[in-house]
Amino acid sequence: MKTFLTTTALAMTLATAAAAEGELKIYHWFEYIPQELLDKFAAEYDVTVTMDTYDSNEALLAALKAGKLGEYDVAVPGDYMVKIMADEGMLDTFTPDELPNFGNIQDQWVDVEFDNGRHSTIPYQWGSTSFSVNTEMYDGPMDSLSLIFDAPDELKGKINVLDTAGETLTLASLYAGIPQCTSDREQLKALNALVQGAKPDWASFGSDVAKDVLVSGDAAAGMIWSGFSAKARAEGAPVQYVFPKEGMIVWMDNVALLKDAPNRDNALKFMNFLLEPENAAAVTNYAQYTAGVDGVAEFLDPEVANSPEANPPADVKGVFVQSCPEEVQVLYDAIWTNLKK
Amino acid sequence: MAGVAPGGSGSGSDIYRGNGPRLMLPVWVFIGIFLLLPVILMAVYSFLTKEFRGGVIWDFTLAAYDQFFLNRGLFGDEPATIEWTYIGIFWRSIWQAGLATVFCLLIGFPTAWYVATRPASTRSVWLFLITIPYWVNLLIRTVSMKFLLRDTGPLNEFLMWTGLISDPLSLINTNFAVQVGLFYSYLPFMVLPIYAAVERYDFSLSEAAADLYCNNWTTLRLVILPAVKPGIVAGCILVFVPSLGAFLAPDLLGGAKTFMIGSLIEEQFKGAAGNWPFGAAAAMILLTLVMVVLLIHARVQVREDR
Repeated sequence: MKTFLTTTALAMTLATAAAAEGELKIYHWFEYIPQELLDKFAAEYDVTVTMDTYDSNEALLAALKAGKLGEYDVAVPGDYMVKIMADEGMLDTFTPDELPNFGNIQDQWVDVEFDNGRHSTIPYQWGSTSFSVNTEMYDGPMDSLSLIFDAPDELKGKINVLDTAGETLTLASLYAGIPQCTSDREQLKALNALVQGAKPDWASFGSDVAKDVLVSGDAAAGMIWSGFSAKARAEGAPVQYVFPKEGMIVWMDNVALLKDAPNRDNALKFMNFLLEPENAAAVTNYAQYTAGVDGVAEFLDPEVANSPEANPPADVKGVFVQSCPEEVQVLYDAIWTNLKK
Repeated sequence: MAGVAPGGSGSGSDIYRGNGPRLMLPVWVFIGIFLLLPVILMAVYSFLTKEFRGGVIWDFTLAAYDQFFLNRGLFGDEPATIEWTYIGIFWRSIWQAGLATVFCLLIGFPTAWYVATRPASTRSVWLFLITIPYWVNLLIRTVSMKFLLRDTGPLNEFLMWTGLISDPLSLINTNFAVQVGLFYSYLPFMVLPIYAAVERYDFSLSEAAADLYCNNWTTLRLVILPAVKPGIVAGCILVFVPSLGAFLAPDLLGGAKTFMIGSLIEEQFKGAAGNWPFGAAAAMILLTLVMVVLLIHARVQVREDR
């Protein structure tokens, strides 16, 4: 009987899919939206939803540049990447009245530096990038980026760092007290020396494995995004997310309306759908970051709402990653290549 | 090559005579679209000017090759010296691929020999067993290898259970793990061509050699190896070339701590660098290296056949 029901349900889904009003093509980060929410949208608006995933802002940009623009309706770039994509002419614009739920956006996230007044993007989730430590393998003080860049003996050879130059070099800069996008020779040399000196203590570079290495115990400490750390904890890893005194990276991911979107109307419906507090909360409950929408509190799981990762102490300093001008970016690229040569 | 009609050497089938070029057309179209066009595209891109954050500007330049071979310091204002960074990355990849080829040969040859000398009825079963693991996607096999090798994995657990070691061996994120991954990924590419060669080998030659007072070693060296050499060479090429561009094993098993050729090129297209011409140039240099090796092999082959 159960099989019969499943089969019928499947057949009905297929039939619905075939007869759907239209399509929506999403280009999204991996493991960042619950399938149930996509299904809910598909059912509510009678739209066939397809999603491809990427693992870094730069990979998103590369794919769009290599000819995928015009293939997707929405993507989810981080703050600095919104700016870059806007400068590249990859974003379409909308007016607030095209999104009935526009007013749900929290005030602090409307006039943002990367999309002032929100003409191309809406907030998706925001969080921080720092690192987590396995408390069974290390029980010393946990308040400084020195655990990654000047590792204590217990952590040496058991550290995973994110495999993206932007995040890893920005955290290194915070530790060294060097401003982002500097072109000062002495500062860049110091940054280069810092990461070169720290590398022998690092076991691996990996972004998509950042959670798994902590859960499996391959790494005793690892750079990680706040929500990913909460998920690692939920999966049984005895880890603590650290809010370093030197500061951490704060970011916001945004749903962006892409230029030449083949299904612009459905894209706007989807964005409006995500501004519904209940739906924004569904993403938060899944990804364990923080929504930028008013009224989500009542829909949040208590353990997500109260997770230590999502509630940084008031005095911790958070910085957005900056996009550097070309002549400076090549210097950071050279440091990164030099690190991995 | 295109002018020679199949079967046109007087073996009867006259309907093919003169139709050679036309019959070859599908092959040329295939090669043109899937081989020549991409390579030409890559060659052209390698001489273009990079656009910031990916993309190209249609101004021809040697900048990408300059970056590969010449070092002008971090700030680009020192006198040019040889850039060892990328040559080093290439050398490491070649070394890894060469080592993997040697290991595959050492294990693959006896394996192929064993299978080829079984009775005809059971050979297909052995071949079947060798190919079964390769029905699974390479990524999944590589990830599984990671599970096996990690500190808390079954291999370490077993060794600790036997009491041979008291602390887990650090296997994951080492060159050893990369070698294991490459070896496991490409072993059948070594076994199958050698198997094909050994299967065709006429074993009465070994008997003749024994009659002429060859010991086992001399028979292997003077009779068997020359006879199955084409299979060995084919196997070595089939293992070496994909190992050279491999990035799954270095990334997942080696911890992505150092660039391999594959990951260096990937970084130019997918990473913050976004330097497409440089990625294309690195790919062209790799292609040239492989071509040179294959051409030398073809030369030697022709000379020996003569």
